[in-house]
Amino acid sequence: MSIPETSQLAGRKRARAKGWASTIARFLVVMVTTYLGLLAVTFFIGRVIPIDPVLAVLGDRAPAHVVERVREEMGLNRPLYVQFFYYIRDALTGNFGTSVLTTNPVMADIRRVFPATIELATVGTLIGSLVGVPLGVLAAVKRGSIADQVVRVVGLIGYSVPIFWLALLALLFFYAKLQWIAFPGRIDIVYEYSFTPVTGFYLLDSLWQGQWDVFVDVFRHIILPAGLLGYFSLAYISRMTRSFMLNELSQEYIVAARAKGLSETRIIWGHALRNAAVPLVTVIALSYAGLLEGSVLIETVFSWPGLGLYITNSLQNADMNAVLGGTIIIGSVFIAINILSDLLYRTLDPRTRVR
Amino acid sequence: MQIFSRHMRMLTTGAAMSLALLAAAPAFAVTPADTLVEGFAIDDIITMDPGEAFELSTAEVTSNTYDLLVRLDLNDTSKIVGDLADSWTVSDDGLTYTFKLKQGLKFASGNPITADDVAFSFERAVKLDKSPAFILTQFGLSGDNVTEKAKAADEGTFVFTVDKPYAPSFVLNCLTATVASVVDKKLVLEHVAAVTPSDEYKYDNDFGNAWLKTGYAGSGAFKMREWRANEVVVLERNDNYHGTKAPLTRVIYRHMKESSGQRLALEAGDIDIARNLEPGDLEAISKNADLATTAAPKGTVYYISLNQKNENLAKPEVVEAFKYLVDYDAIGSTLIKGIGDIHQTFLPKGVLGELDENPYKFDVAKAKELLAKAGLADGFTVTMDVRNTQPVTGIAESFQQTLGQAGVKLEIIPGDGKQTLTKYRARTHDMYIGQWGQDYFDPNSNSETFTINPDNSDEGKNKTLAWRNAWDVPKELSDESKAALLEKDSAKRADMYKSLQKAVLEKGPFVIIFQQTEVAGYSAKLKDFKLGPSFDTNYVGPISK
Repeated sequence: MSIPETSQLAGRKRARAKGWASTIARFLVVMVTTYLGLLAVTFFIGRVIPIDPVLAVLGDRAPAHVVERVREEMGLNRPLYVQFFYYIRDALTGNFGTSVLTTNPVMADIRRVFPATIELATVGTLIGSLVGVPLGVLAAVKRGSIADQVVRVVGLIGYSVPIFWLALLALLFFYAKLQWIAFPGRIDIVYEYSFTPVTGFYLLDSLWQGQWDVFVDVFRHIILPAGLLGYFSLAYISRMTRSFMLNELSQEYIVAARAKGLSETRIIWGHALRNAAVPLVTVIALSYAGLLEGSVLIETVFSWPGLGLYITNSLQNADMNAVLGGTIIIGSVFIAINILSDLLYRTLDPRTRVR
Repeated sequence: MQIFSRHMRMLTTGAAMSLALLAAAPAFAVTPADTLVEGFAIDDIITMDPGEAFELSTAEVTSNTYDLLVRLDLNDTSKIVGDLADSWTVSDDGLTYTFKLKQGLKFASGNPITADDVAFSFERAVKLDKSPAFILTQFGLSGDNVTEKAKAADEGTFVFTVDKPYAPSFVLNCLTATVASVVDKKLVLEHVAAVTPSDEYKYDNDFGNAWLKTGYAGSGAFKMREWRANEVVVLERNDNYHGTKAPLTRVIYRHMKESSGQRLALEAGDIDIARNLEPGDLEAISKNADLATTAAPKGTVYYISLNQKNENLAKPEVVEAFKYLVDYDAIGSTLIKGIGDIHQTFLPKGVLGELDENPYKFDVAKAKELLAKAGLADGFTVTMDVRNTQPVTGIAESFQQTLGQAGVKLEIIPGDGKQTLTKYRARTHDMYIGQWGQDYFDPNSNSETFTINPDNSDEGKNKTLAWRNAWDVPKELSDESKAALLEKDSAKRADMYKSLQKAVLEKGPFVIIFQQTEVAGYSAKLKDFKLGPSFDTNYVGPISK
């Protein structure tokens, strides 16, 4: 049976469109379920933690009648399901309320602290990928050698040692002992009032404004926390790179390339890594998302004024509006990065498009 | 390996460049010459509005940034000196206080300070009715009568009328509390937000409360420039200040929670003053020639309380036995060395009527005898809620061990400060170890909380420490406490508080252990840095570098 070429093309387009539609529908379902799950978990954590939220609003020493009044104002005397309903309603309308801790609208707070987390995680991921990928390639190419063993041990340590413990050790050594890095925080007080960030990413801002001393100061603040995060993601990235590379290096096209007389450098960096790069994109993206949400401990140890520290503080104070806002933002970023890396994967690897 | 050599070279070069960059920066940080940086745990701050704030750190900031009518005399805390007030008189019936203001005063904004501003400050604090408002409303002020009872007679005269002939020292001491800070009426009125009146709040505006949470409208030695929760408080010199102008242009409080972190930063020169030091770090700092330490007793007492809802703890013999089961000497020489002094009565040193008696000593035999009398010769098991912080954790562990010697098994329930407090305020604890600082610098503050409990039911409205521990205070004790408020003769008043302390020492379900000594480590370069006698008298105004 002969089918005209045009209709064949149209059929393929239709199939692809259908593929995209189902993909998007799937994403939507995942998103809605994830959000509802997040909201429910945040709400119930807020009700289960043994801290009276009125304490967060009033402090330790408010007289009884003031406590009663505020409890009523906060709606805490309503039945739980009614509170949950209002909670969902407010969250869905994008209204995360006011943080009792900072007295600002939660969204304004997040806008202020989130760039710090993004900057930290980005530098961390850059360090992790720029070091992790070559190490993984090295381990794969020199499989079984001492270099391979070293890379694997380095990765294992990064993976298994608690990051806050490493952070404390590093802080003691590089800050207290050697004085190489700056005091925990994001920028020295000296610059805090002479430097006006524009984008919120201090490294970029200081370079852009040509403030070299500020850049050095910011660098001295970020290098250790980002380096530790980088080490953490390096462990994962190098291990995955190694396994992807091993897979590629065993493929027939590598044998063919060698037979053609291509140089090893070209075979490894030009062919094998290029193909391994497709799944690696997902690995790096996921590791990035992981750092965005997982930098809580590092932010706490290094007093890094980012989202992780913000959520930790809020949770300790039963500041549930802030916890909700922060959780939703992190959840959204996680979902977005997942979707993006999935789409990127499809774009880069045509085989995954039609099933 | 050749394939990698090129890439490895690049990597190594990159790493070397980073190191060079680090090395290029100054090895030791130094704070700027015109700026004071304090490492201080400021995570308790939830608002900067003086009409609303009631936390220790905020009190320090407020007292440095706002003026009051009167202040404590730092040289003799039983005296009061004028701040904005030049002089004052009390009417013969003891009900009317008339304050004459100093002339030519200005707020940081440049607006003149008048008696109208003082009246407005009282009015807004009473009408907002936030946590510290009771310090003013206990004199019979309410939203309905405040404009009449606290009013400006003319531009320079403020008249305050109270409902009973209280001891003048009590009234004046209460007026030194931060809730009585004078705010810039004109500036605040520019920032009020509209509110829909309700049963709970009858007014149509918020008296600038939303704005003042992070804003500033005062006239103190410093202006508050910025507060970022759990991060930083920044103060700047107020050039309109009526007193001696501060030598420094900026003061920064950096939020740092841990003693060890503060010590590191102080040694590295990243901060000038470390405010929350534990004994070990304090000792290390005192041995460093570039650094110095200072100390001042504070009006905060640490105590263990016994919830009288627990039937074992409700037995008077058990209460007494527990007072013999604290190893005061060991605690004094190790856990609170340098940061506290053994003190067993409820009024801290420096307060009118303070009783300096520590009759209880560690005595297991005596305690066992008392427990046997209570029918608990074999001991019993009891729990104690303990905040995860020093020195209370250490004291709790020491107490656990000494109680064990008398056969009482103590289970420690550790928790975050807000967690243990939530449980304590709900009266669901067995025992609790905590600290109590006076709400204002007058003996009544502690006397009231330790000896008054008008309604011991769970619905009781007056939730004093006596209520929290379900102690049905004997009526004569409460009555004496109330009577002391009206005693005009200071010496007689002091005697009344002494007798109250004796009674609580003997019968109260409180094992008071020590009074806090506030300590600080600081750079030896600082001049005129002193800690005051209360949490709101740590002034930064005189400090220079």
